[in-house]
Amino acid sequence: MKLIFEMGAPGRGSELVPECRSSYVLNTALREKPLHLPEVSETEISRHYTELAKQAHGVNDGFYPLGSCTMKYNPKVNEEAAALPGFTGIHPLQDVDDAQGALEVLSKMEDMLCEITGMDACTLQPAAGAHGEFTGLLLIKAYHTNRGDRNRTKIIVPDSAHGTNPASAAMAGFDVVNIASDDHGCVDLDALKKAVGDDTAGLMLTNPNTVGLFDPNIAEVTRIVHEAGGLCYYDGANLNAIMGIARPGDMGFDVMHLNLHKTFAAPHGGGGPGSGPVACKDFLAEYLPGIRVLTANTLPDAVCASDFGITDQENHYIVSRADRSIGDVRSFCGNFLVIVRSFCYILTLGREGISEAATGAVLNANYMMHGLKGHYRMAYDRVCMHEFVVTLEQEKQERGVSALDIAKALLDHGIHPPTMYFPLIVHEALMIEPTETESRETLDEAIRIFLDVLKQSEETPDEMSQYPLAAPIRRPDEVAAARKPIVRYFRE
Amino acid sequence: MNFPKELRYSKSHEWVRIEDGIATIGLTDYAQHELGDLVFVNLPEEGDELTAGEALGDVESVKAVSDVYSPVSGTVLQINEELLDHPELINEAPYDAWFVKVGSLTEEEELLDAADYESFCEEEGKN
Repeated sequence: MKLIFEMGAPGRGSELVPECRSSYVLNTALREKPLHLPEVSETEISRHYTELAKQAHGVNDGFYPLGSCTMKYNPKVNEEAAALPGFTGIHPLQDVDDAQGALEVLSKMEDMLCEITGMDACTLQPAAGAHGEFTGLLLIKAYHTNRGDRNRTKIIVPDSAHGTNPASAAMAGFDVVNIASDDHGCVDLDALKKAVGDDTAGLMLTNPNTVGLFDPNIAEVTRIVHEAGGLCYYDGANLNAIMGIARPGDMGFDVMHLNLHKTFAAPHGGGGPGSGPVACKDFLAEYLPGIRVLTANTLPDAVCASDFGITDQENHYIVSRADRSIGDVRSFCGNFLVIVRSFCYILTLGREGISEAATGAVLNANYMMHGLKGHYRMAYDRVCMHEFVVTLEQEKQERGVSALDIAKALLDHGIHPPTMYFPLIVHEALMIEPTETESRETLDEAIRIFLDVLKQSEETPDEMSQYPLAAPIRRPDEVAAARKPIVRYFRE
Repeated sequence: MNFPKELRYSKSHEWVRIEDGIATIGLTDYAQHELGDLVFVNLPEEGDELTAGEALGDVESVKAVSDVYSPVSGTVLQINEELLDHPELINEAPYDAWFVKVGSLTEEEELLDAADYESFCEEEGKN
């Protein structure tokens, strides 16, 4: 299909923008050549975006069991809330007195996320999960540095971790120490005991882990790290399995991120915007980035409420900064309208609904695992949490059918493939996460399709490399795309 | 699968040729086969100190990023810059596509000969 830059004609447009009345902007423009903007009619724009949507598969198109990504349905009421003019019409630099509603959302969101995670303080500034990891690691670094404990340079990461964990640790200037998992895909306690020492800055862990199992030794894991003087970072990617049921703060974690675009139903995919708030225990709060939203009641002792002109102590919000803040990790309050969507989601579900979402996610995953068992081989044949992993290694060896072939064949049946080749500790892995927002009928239908595709791969293994036949794009050349990526549009 | 007899091998799937006190290091045929089409290579710089058992660089395939470990301790004398633009050379001819040449050798890992490495790979394939 054509890019929008290749459509239209000079001078064509929808004239949606009024003429600029300010001469200030034009006189100071530094650009030498005019900006090449698409000049297209409304008809062309409309068809262009409809065509783009047809080329993709979203949650609104069908089942989307992409493991570790929590592709749950995004309720439309959240969109309605985020579109309210009181949220869309404000500017981050306007007077705080005129933005009290927005500050209230930020403050209450922080409180609710602290309650859900068992933490004491929270920043909403990070824009995504890995950004949250990076922020959390900077808090850990600031903590050790401020204590004068400068030899703690190592972050321990299990080999089942998300690839972003070691990457974030390296970005934050730490050395990464990998430790092997045990036979259940959980942390090997002996390996952990050997790895910790006076150079340990911390541990990064996802629980439930990437194979969908809750680590039964989690309290022991965090104790071992704490006794060595390190801190524990919780990767909140899989929080959907336990929210409202168990809290990372109670498991002994000191700092963590949440993915609002996964767990809290903000739209997801297409590169964002996302939101990855970081929550921490009290002793790390003084290092938090960004603005801190406070009420008169939560002001630090040194600050006098009357200095801010505060009279109504309960309901007036002010902004401040943490004493030893690591500095901003993003502009202003992060992706504010994403936060509004998730705020609306949490209020809609309430205390009971949050834990019901988690139990529903776990039930759906086990239901689907049970339906596939005996046909697909489970990487870990135990009751799972919100997701499970199957391995096609035997099929690959016996008849040359790979996890990729199965994933691609599912596309012809209107199902988005599960996550492939992850976690790395399982060969030919397919990682399936149905989420709680799918009905039993959808799961039954998906199970039938998964089994049909597997049967097809037994009967006609040679044809499996052909699929998908009906998708708009069949099998892109991934190697060429990675070796010679075209990452921007050049006008000829 | 090719296991040249004149080379020695690490359990993390690097090959080594030591001649006149200089170690030439690359990735084995088995490793490139398991990783699939390589799309990116990260190498150390000339003059870098390497420690046996620690990563000297990494390779990226469509599937994953993997560390490449140095089987020896020493100083990097030369890197194969051609690989940076043409990682496919590793898939095409793994034993010609050397990564680094290392001198001032102070230590080397316990390395396998071709026959032992071949049976090590067979075992690994079963697991």
